[in-house]
Amino acid sequence: MHHNKHIQKMQPRIKPKPSNLQNTKYRTSIGDRFQNYLGLHAHALFSSLGRLLKTPFTSMITIIVLAITISLATGFYVLLINVEQFSDKLESSHYISLFLKHDINDADGLKLAEQIQKSAAVKTVKLVTKTTALEEFKHFSGIGESLNILDKNPLPTVIQVLPTNIFEDSVEVQQLIDALGRLDEVELVQMDMRWVQRLQSIVDLAKRGVFLLSIVLSLAVLFIMGNTIRLELENRRDEVLIAKLVGATYAFIQRPFLYTGFWFGGFAGLSAWIIVSLILLGLQEPIEHLSLLYDGKFTVLFLSVSESLILLFVASILGVTGAWIVLHYQLRQMTLE
Amino acid sequence: MLIFDKVTKNYQNTGDVLQNISFQMLRGEMAFLTGHSGAGKSTLLKLIAIMEYCTRGQVLLNGRNLNHAKEHHIPYIRRKLGLIFQDYKLLQDRTVFDNVALPLIISGYGNQEVKRRVRASLDKVGLLGKEKKYPFSLSGGEQQRVGIARAVVNKPSLIIADEPTGSLDPELSSEVMHLFEQFQQVGVTVLIATHDINLINRLGYRVLTLDHGQLVVS
Repeated sequence: MHHNKHIQKMQPRIKPKPSNLQNTKYRTSIGDRFQNYLGLHAHALFSSLGRLLKTPFTSMITIIVLAITISLATGFYVLLINVEQFSDKLESSHYISLFLKHDINDADGLKLAEQIQKSAAVKTVKLVTKTTALEEFKHFSGIGESLNILDKNPLPTVIQVLPTNIFEDSVEVQQLIDALGRLDEVELVQMDMRWVQRLQSIVDLAKRGVFLLSIVLSLAVLFIMGNTIRLELENRRDEVLIAKLVGATYAFIQRPFLYTGFWFGGFAGLSAWIIVSLILLGLQEPIEHLSLLYDGKFTVLFLSVSESLILLFVASILGVTGAWIVLHYQLRQMTLE
Repeated sequence: MLIFDKVTKNYQNTGDVLQNISFQMLRGEMAFLTGHSGAGKSTLLKLIAIMEYCTRGQVLLNGRNLNHAKEHHIPYIRRKLGLIFQDYKLLQDRTVFDNVALPLIISGYGNQEVKRRVRASLDKVGLLGKEKKYPFSLSGGEQQRVGIARAVVNKPSLIIADEPTGSLDPELSSEVMHLFEQFQQVGVTVLIATHDINLINRLGYRVLTLDHGQLVVS
């Protein structure tokens, strides 16, 4: 709006002699202007893509450098969500194990289990009777046959208790453990809390590490992009200067370069996605083989659709931003000599 | 429409390039700006195109003080000017059509209007039919006419030419000058920097002579 006012000011105050060089006959409506404006954007969008494809080799190098940088951050992120999943899957180690006294039979054990289940601090309860425990032991220990020589089942009844707030409230969990330990039927309470908590804090630490690393890598993307645009600007110096001289605004001059940043960022994001997915595909088989050796609960997590879209979005935005920063400083310094 | 009022331009390393320059140009006037090389011709033109600001005094264009032109106003002021250069300043990788269309596209004109105006402009300089050629395939005189077509396509009220015939032989030079006369006749103000004394004398327009940064004859 400012500009229109300004243009009016620029109109000569004295009516000029009629001439075919004066612009009076043709006026453009606001609708037309908007359409022309969209046209300019569309043109910038596709011409910048065209330029990118015109020099496929140099474009490719830049895109690969950007893609590797982005895939580092993305790769660490994927690693993290997989480790997190792993720690969630290790639910069995979140259980408090209650080893009952020898004289407690399976029926009494069941009663006790039902009683414990009622507590608000308890999420689920699993009863492992003497019989099942023996069978499992036979099955997994590999010394099943030799156990037959025992005339009495030496294993105790075990109740496994999963606390409600295992990570959120360690005081409550500790209280639960103490309370369970005071029960008459209980011989021994065991929980490898510390291992779980350690894993959790390692994951938390890694999360922060990945976050900070992502910031550094984003900065790298901005600088790589900025440098690419700086070179591009230098290559097209004449064009920029001539456009400036015939009345182009900074917005007009910047537009194709910003779209160049958009394309570079977008392609780099897409390539990073491909790199990360290929690495995961390569790891999938050995990981799942390894997982089989444990409980077989672990499957490799890939980037979800929304995560992939966010990756593309962030990469494009980084491209545009990197371009913009350089343009903001460089364009104003470009003069004819 | 163009007023220089006690204008001085000082550069830190070279001192005063222009000293206390005052003159006026009326609408539809044509004038030559001349002087030895380094007399300050280019600097004077740069002040009009706001490629430089003057140190003291003021430059008024259509009543607007260019000293006070903010950075974001400059493009809109330049759209009212037609700038012509000795080295043509054409985009070598664009066709003649695209070169001439540039100011119109920058100003946000639609396709139809751009086509119409570019053709009209090229017709005026006698290059209709060469729209699809590239500048490097044209002669010097033709390239300068493309430059002129680009300068007038936006229908400016003031044309500024810096040594427009500097790289052309006498015959082509008079052709180009003849074009300027045609624009002047339809009400455009034309200021031409040149040291081609023969041309100046033959055409007999007003002459502004610069000597070591000072205006000698006005």
